Amino acid sequence: MYAQLVETGAKRLKTKEEMSPEEREFHEKVDAETKIEPKNWMPEGYRKTLVRQISQHAHSEVVGMLPEGNWVTRAPTLKRKLQLMAKIQDEAGHGLYLYSAMETLGADRDEEIEKLHQGKAKYSSIFNYPTLNWADMGAVGWLVDGAAIVNQVVLQRTSYGPYSRAMIRICKEESFHQRQGYQILLDMMREGTEEQKAMVQDAINRLWWPALMMFGPHDDESPNSQQSMAWKIKRKSNDELRQMFIDQTVPQLEFLGCTAPDPDLKWNEETGHYDFGEINWQEFYDVLKGNGPCNRERIKTRKNAIDEGAWVREAAVAYAEKQKQRAQAA
Amino acid sequence: MTQAEALKEYLLRLADSDMILGQRLCELCGKAPALEEEMALMNVALDLVGQARNWYEYAAELIDDGRDADKLAFRRDAHDYRNLLLTEQPNEDYAVTMGRQFFFDVYHYFTLKSLTESSDERIAGIAAKALKEATYHLRRSSEWVKRLGDGTEESHRRMQEAIDILWRFTGELITPDDTDRVMAEAGIGPDPDQLAKDWRGMVNEVLTQATLTPGAEDAWMYMGGKHGEHTEHLGFILAEMQFLQRAYPDATTW
Repeated sequence: MYAQLVETGAKRLKTKEEMSPEEREFHEKVDAETKIEPKNWMPEGYRKTLVRQISQHAHSEVVGMLPEGNWVTRAPTLKRKLQLMAKIQDEAGHGLYLYSAMETLGADRDEEIEKLHQGKAKYSSIFNYPTLNWADMGAVGWLVDGAAIVNQVVLQRTSYGPYSRAMIRICKEESFHQRQGYQILLDMMREGTEEQKAMVQDAINRLWWPALMMFGPHDDESPNSQQSMAWKIKRKSNDELRQMFIDQTVPQLEFLGCTAPDPDLKWNEETGHYDFGEINWQEFYDVLKGNGPCNRERIKTRKNAIDEGAWVREAAVAYAEKQKQRAQAA
Repeated sequence: MTQAEALKEYLLRLADSDMILGQRLCELCGKAPALEEEMALMNVALDLVGQARNWYEYAAELIDDGRDADKLAFRRDAHDYRNLLLTEQPNEDYAVTMGRQFFFDVYHYFTLKSLTESSDERIAGIAAKALKEATYHLRRSSEWVKRLGDGTEESHRRMQEAIDILWRFTGELITPDDTDRVMAEAGIGPDPDQLAKDWRGMVNEVLTQATLTPGAEDAWMYMGGKHGEHTEHLGFILAEMQFLQRAYPDATTW
């Protein structure tokens, strides 16, 4: 997942009569569940929205490596170290794959990354929270990848072909990560010392609300959601997805023998869903604006990596050019 | 030194070098110069730590004192670590990272190639799988040394500096001691003379193509790693890598 608050440029939805013939044809395709492919005509707003959403998603995969990088040098066993390394490698792969999907829309990867480094592009707010103990590696896998999957399973049906196909592939790996994450927590709860169990509960306490925030603001506060739904870029509302996540996660939480930091969380017999407390939206918007605990560090790390690597990339280009000239001369 | 003692020692050397270099590469997570490199570095690190685990498991069986692979990796202090000094050197810039990788990969490739024919079947089996990975590692790091050496003026300067900085740790890769000799005589480990010849040959070939100058063959070399006498870096590497195991010694499952 990892796209929250994607700007669509829409103040309200257009009526059929207001659309151009091309746009009407486009909408008929979308309504008929025919995938839109890179060469097809598409409204400019649709293209821009997709570029924003897919780049946000790609940035999130890349920034999301950092909280895990924080523990990959301190993993507790060889098995856990290898698992975490494989997960990080998958995330770099997802990033590459998503940037490629984004480039089918005519966007440029370097330009979009530059926007990220200038603080103009978003990525999932969850990665602005620190990872403070080893159980965070389990909780991130379980809650963060879990929340991402809820969103991405639905996005497999998104109207843009390359994005949809990226989601299908990525979902498989994310599900694997989620199970692994849960297993870390389960093993610590079942066979761990009191200190280890405390780590698990501490990780859940810190990451629970940020995970719920991953689904974005309430839909009634977002004209962007309505436009994205009409274009079938988005297939379910933020609140629906959040509810789905909570409904599937609470039983897993109970199975762990842990609690959520939400006194209002309880099963509602009438609705057949869990009720839960209100998210601290001030915190959500602040973290999104750059005031989270780790926003500055995350961007600084990413920016430094790319800036300090400039000479490496220049050398690769220069060498390739020399090789080309040599081949031509020979 | 008996052959049995030498074998345990030799396995720990193989394991520790893989482990420490893998750990160094883990430090680069999120800090590589391009996303493709991010993936490749973690991929190489994953191979190395995976290989380390295989060597540790075999070593643990032979040592047979109740310690398993995890205990060997995470509960030995620096003086018991047997990795090559080269592998513990800091990442610095990408030229140093790649130079370190290249020198190691050449050594690793020829060592594993020889170990696939080891008289010890278990070693031959582990080496056969590891050789495939090391072949890719070597191709990759050779390419980078060439790109950086023969790229821009800046990259050439940095790559040459990296070679100069790291050169003093390369002698250890190809200078045999008693353990190496016992292993070679038993047909378990590589022939030290051949390994040195192969290493020098390939290093010279790639550096020449990269327009770089190797260090002097008679340069002074630092060689304590195989005996547990390390540079100052290893203590800090282990302090980080073994933090959880040391802070929570009662935890048996993670």
